Amino acid sequence: MSRLAVVVFVLICAAFALSWAVRAGVTGGDHALREAFLVTLSAFMTLAIMSFMYRDNPYYKFAEHLFVGISAAYWMCVGFWSTIVGNLVPRISENLSEFFKVPYSGGGLDFDLFFLPYRYFYMIPIVLGILLLMRLVPKAGWLSRWPLAFIVGTFAGLNLIRYLQSDFVNQISATFVPLFVEWHGFGDFIGQLSLAADGQFVAMMTNLIIFLGVLCGLIYFFFSKEHTGWFGGASRLGIWILMITFGASFGYTVMGRISLLVGRLTFLFRDWLGIMS
Amino acid sequence: MRREIPLVITIFVGFLAIVSFFSPPLEGLGEDFTLFFDIIAVFAFFLGGGNLVRIHANKLIKRKTDWVYSIVTLVGFFGMLSAGLFKIGNPGDISTSVTAPGSLFSVLYFNLNLPLGSTMYALLAFYVASASYRAFRAKNREATVLLVAAFVILLGSTPFGTLLTSWIPHPLDILQIPNLAVWIMSSPNLAGQRAIMIGVGLGVVSMSLRLILGIERTYLGDDRG
Amino acid sequence: MGNLGIIIALALIGGGLLWLLIRAIRGKEVNRRLIFVFILVSVAAPILFTITFEMKPTPIVQALYDKIENLPEGSKVLLSFDFDPPMAPEVQPMADVVSRHVLAKKHKAIFMTLWATGQAQFNITLEEVIRRDFPEARDGVDYVDLGYKAGNEGVLNVIRTDFKKMFPTDVNTVPWDSLPILNGVRSCSDFDLIISLGGGKPGVKEWVLFVGDPTRVPTAGGVAAVVAPMLYPYYPGQMCGLLGGIKGAAEYENYFRDNHPRYAGMTTPAMLMMGPQTVAHVVILAFIVIGNVLYFVTRRKEVKR
Repeated sequence: MSRLAVVVFVLICAAFALSWAVRAGVTGGDHALREAFLVTLSAFMTLAIMSFMYRDNPYYKFAEHLFVGISAAYWMCVGFWSTIVGNLVPRISENLSEFFKVPYSGGGLDFDLFFLPYRYFYMIPIVLGILLLMRLVPKAGWLSRWPLAFIVGTFAGLNLIRYLQSDFVNQISATFVPLFVEWHGFGDFIGQLSLAADGQFVAMMTNLIIFLGVLCGLIYFFFSKEHTGWFGGASRLGIWILMITFGASFGYTVMGRISLLVGRLTFLFRDWLGIMS
Repeated sequence: MRREIPLVITIFVGFLAIVSFFSPPLEGLGEDFTLFFDIIAVFAFFLGGGNLVRIHANKLIKRKTDWVYSIVTLVGFFGMLSAGLFKIGNPGDISTSVTAPGSLFSVLYFNLNLPLGSTMYALLAFYVASASYRAFRAKNREATVLLVAAFVILLGSTPFGTLLTSWIPHPLDILQIPNLAVWIMSSPNLAGQRAIMIGVGLGVVSMSLRLILGIERTYLGDDRG
Repeated sequence: MGNLGIIIALALIGGGLLWLLIRAIRGKEVNRRLIFVFILVSVAAPILFTITFEMKPTPIVQALYDKIENLPEGSKVLLSFDFDPPMAPEVQPMADVVSRHVLAKKHKAIFMTLWATGQAQFNITLEEVIRRDFPEARDGVDYVDLGYKAGNEGVLNVIRTDFKKMFPTDVNTVPWDSLPILNGVRSCSDFDLIISLGGGKPGVKEWVLFVGDPTRVPTAGGVAAVVAPMLYPYYPGQMCGLLGGIKGAAEYENYFRDNHPRYAGMTTPAMLMMGPQTVAHVVILAFIVIGNVLYFVTRRKEVKR
């Protein structure tokens, strides 16, 4: 460790201690020391991640590795208590249900499947789950294909129906919008012609662009025919529509990313430094 | 057998998921199988955690590059796991929610997980700004159209856009930037996103069919694994 | 003092952008770390000096507001907190204001989540909105937290037809049958409105696909800005309203506060964030212009050479 690194480390520790003390003094009341420590810890973790903007450094690596460990454990714990204890235990064991204080539902249930009581039916996911964990054992890793196949099959079956209905049929149906909106004759249309946002012309243009835009966008993605002639022209229009789409996505992406930074800076200024209300 | 049995499972479960949608008597069985899937999903979390421990323990034991940080990962992992599995500091009894306010699990989440996770993604704001300066070029007409659309959306989502074009009278007010931004989102953006959605939807349906019919087998891996 | 600070900060940012433009015209780039400092200052200054704006709701935001506003009192609304800390700055304000609106209209709020992190995020809403603004609201009667279940679309597939099978108890293991708020609820079809708040997978799209479309229950969403453009095809046929990003949240907060004077003193984090958003957007736009000026100047020099 170089001398500079040691000096930086000592300075950071001193800053941490100073922040903790000042925050505790400002907070006051019960648990002031604890609250001040937690806020200071959060702030320093935030700054450790932000230090990556200068360059990769040990403090960033420390924070990053800590985050990975904590995240993995968080999901495991919440998954265990919510689904294993909440959904599996009540269906298989009265004693365990009593221990975890969840209402037992496994006895005298819906039906006997293949002459087995219902609760044995729910041993299947336990067996499959254990087989999934075999992935950690090199020689027995092939056993994890069974639960994986179960997962893949379920996903495939559910998604086939749902995407077909919602993302295909319903979307095509929604594309067939009236091209003539509030039509009372050509004279009336000319008389009201304007670029008002709530006007007839804009409403008609909107529907026309939706219809043509979807059609031309789909033509662009059709690669089995060469994009020449009228087909190529439609494909070109499709590209322009898609470019507007990507531009809109970029605009919203910028908004989203800036919001995240605003959130963190607000925490630093308000909760840690206390320089804004 | 190593590949045939998983194939049979995929085909059976896939068909059951489809048929149970159309057949009310099989609906309950379909629900149960979906519940199995949900329970197995939790075991997948355990697998992820176990794999994490295996990788970092291996790194630690063999003293690979940056092995010191593996200690940090493992300490964080086991600390959070203990706090959650044993509900350390939870008010009330074992039935109280694992994320109950005041629990050690909740404290670790709000003071470590939350700031670390949020800040990781907040860094993207800097990269978006850097990309705007260095990479976003109007090299051709299509790129210029993209830029103009982004311009209108960015300006329209702020009061600055309203200020710039509020003088435009009502008969032409589609040209006011906020109205133009709303129109872009609900017309050309909608059209483009719908075209993509239909294409993706078709892709998902065809891939699902391939999986259920056993044509697509890449998820089984090779026979060494 | 605050106004002076804003003026100085904006002058500094403006001056800096002008300097960047001059450098670009001369064909000189700047170090990326300077760009980072720029964006940091342009976001930090408006936060410190608190710039806020009034915001009018766009039609898609107004649609969700009107839906909640016009439901009969006592309607059952399912709210799913499907987000994690990275999305929280955008989605938490939405979650708070929508929850506040639902309870203010005396509807029954049933909370759940498809994300493990959503459970903890809901606790923020519970402490800062429900317990603070609605101390008379009773757990299990006026609202209930059903918690998290693993399985993503699998959860939705089950609750579409049998809710109790997936959630036999609430998050504190109180049995389903002991919760008066869930009387008469057998499946998602028994809800009057479903609102998903999130931005990843599973999220609003999965709610529309697996629950909204099959059951025809009105479904709405509040999502992170990154995801919002992708959901427009579902509106209005398959989705009855959408809050897109911090802007959508700010519009909803502003409109709710103006129409519910009782909550005029409520915190409006989304509206407060629009000040830094505005300045940052203008800076980003300036970067795009300056970057293109640099590109064309450099290209012209190369052509000349």
